[in-house]
Amino acid sequence: MSETSHKPSAVAHAATAPTRRELYEAGVRKRSNRVALLSTLAVLGAIVVLVPLAPGWESVQRAFFNGRVFAATFPGLLEAFVLNVAIFAWSAPLIAIVGLAIALCRDTRSPALFPLRLFGIAYTDVFRGLPVVLVIYIIGFGIPGLGLPRPWNSPYIWGTLALVLVYSAYVAEVLRSGIDSIHQSQRSAAASLGLSERDTMRYVVLPQAIRNVVPANMNLFIALQKDVALLSFIGPVEIFRQAGVYKSLYANFTPYVGAALIFLALTIPATRYADYLMNKQNRARR
Amino acid sequence: MMAKLSLRGVRKRFGDVDVCNGIDLDVADGEMVCLIGASGSGKSTLLRCMNLLEPIDDGSIWLDGSDISEPGLDAQPVRQKIGIVFQSYNLFPHMTAAENVMLAPRRVHGHTRDALRPKITALFERFGLGDRMDHYPDQLSGGQQQRVAIIRALAMAPEIMLFDEITSALDPELVGEVLDVLRDLRQQGMTMVLATHEMGFARELADKVCFLDAGRILEQGPPAKLFTAPREARTKAFLSRVL
Ligand SMILES: Nc1ncnc2c1ncn2[C@@H]1O[C@H](COP(=O)(O)OP(=O)(O)O)[C@@H](O)[C@H]1O
Ligand SMILES: [Mg+2]
Repeated sequence: MSETSHKPSAVAHAATAPTRRELYEAGVRKRSNRVALLSTLAVLGAIVVLVPLAPGWESVQRAFFNGRVFAATFPGLLEAFVLNVAIFAWSAPLIAIVGLAIALCRDTRSPALFPLRLFGIAYTDVFRGLPVVLVIYIIGFGIPGLGLPRPWNSPYIWGTLALVLVYSAYVAEVLRSGIDSIHQSQRSAAASLGLSERDTMRYVVLPQAIRNVVPANMNLFIALQKDVALLSFIGPVEIFRQAGVYKSLYANFTPYVGAALIFLALTIPATRYADYLMNKQNRARR
Repeated sequence: MMAKLSLRGVRKRFGDVDVCNGIDLDVADGEMVCLIGASGSGKSTLLRCMNLLEPIDDGSIWLDGSDISEPGLDAQPVRQKIGIVFQSYNLFPHMTAAENVMLAPRRVHGHTRDALRPKITALFERFGLGDRMDHYPDQLSGGQQQRVAIIRALAMAPEIMLFDEITSALDPELVGEVLDVLRDLRQQGMTMVLATHEMGFARELADKVCFLDAGRILEQGPPAKLFTAPREARTKAFLSRVL
């Protein structure tokens, strides 16, 4: 940023009048907004004009952007999406709890608790090292295969458990980085007051650590919302599977586009919000 | 008379640096001892050793005649008797001033907030912060934060207070309000050990001044003697730089 010289001005400005610098910056802002708008319009215009010229456009339009099919399937898709939301809603708190427990396991220092620490390390290594869909297959098909009585043979339950196991590993890592980010002087201050290590963690370190990693965890939960669709591979009729059913029924891919729109309507605002929080936090730290 | 706090041959190494290199020091009950010395001479480390925030490598530390430096000893009860205030305040940023102060009495002594509130309020008012109890640290000035940190340590009713350059991070016009708190404590007869660069303050109030140099107490004595007629050449050189 350039240093402006502050020569004593002969003219006394009224308190509300914009300064020379503010006027200049407002001008720059206006010009760059105009340029951004024009270039965006140019690109959009090119897409609208050029894409329909492609040889396969007609058939793609019929297969993916069919208004009639869209109108017929959209309400059903929305209904199926309720299951996604339900699975998300009961796995998210479980993930938060298990993730926190694993993070605390990894942070234990006493030798008696070394097995816990080892468990925490093994847990995060294993579940972060596997594709989510593989864990869903193994647990979602494997455990019901033991011949458990209803309702314990439901792939819905075990598939969700698979998501909880995998995502807890990621949340644990994020929390651990949050715990590490709390400066040693905070622990010193707590210790000097005679607080136990346990109370120091619970009342001093964790509340600050959790707050610091809210944006990072939000990104994980957005990813979780999308990965709920993977459960379609083992049975529950959530939105992705419902879209597949409609696709076969209408012999048309438009239901997938509808499903995509429903996902985006949720994930884009959430992502923007997480970014906003992250930026706010970065600014506060500077 | 037996000293309240005694250090005998205390050693502390970081890597291959002897940060405390055989410290002998006695602090009598109700006495105020000032540690002076160049930056890096080991003042902070010595204070942190005194309330067992740093384990010492050799020597011993005695509180009321019992050895508190015994390896493996539970440090918690000792720390409750020896409070410390840091240069950088180290308040808990996610709690109000009052919550900062009440946390340890609640968790360690099991008092309730309601039972603590009157006593805590009296402390805040005594140090001119009666209207700042429910502010968060980032809503307070440096001088106010440092006074809250002192109140937080006092709330545990310690028998000894350690202060580590508690005015060094403050704007000059805020130093006075924090030194006034120390004067107040001095009058109440609190046993105190201060690392400080406020030579005028040390001269006015200390019973004993210790000059630290490269991890040793090179010279100690009453301020009148140490400031006016230092024995060691290095003490003279240091004092001529800071006075
Ligand atoms: N935790 C630590 N690890 C390594 N070296 C340290 C640590 N704390 C202090 N030191 C070193 O010990 C010496 C004395 O530091 P300190 O006690 O802070 O001195 P003072 O408070 O007098 O400025 C310095 O050289 C410093 O770098
Ligand atoms: Mg220091």
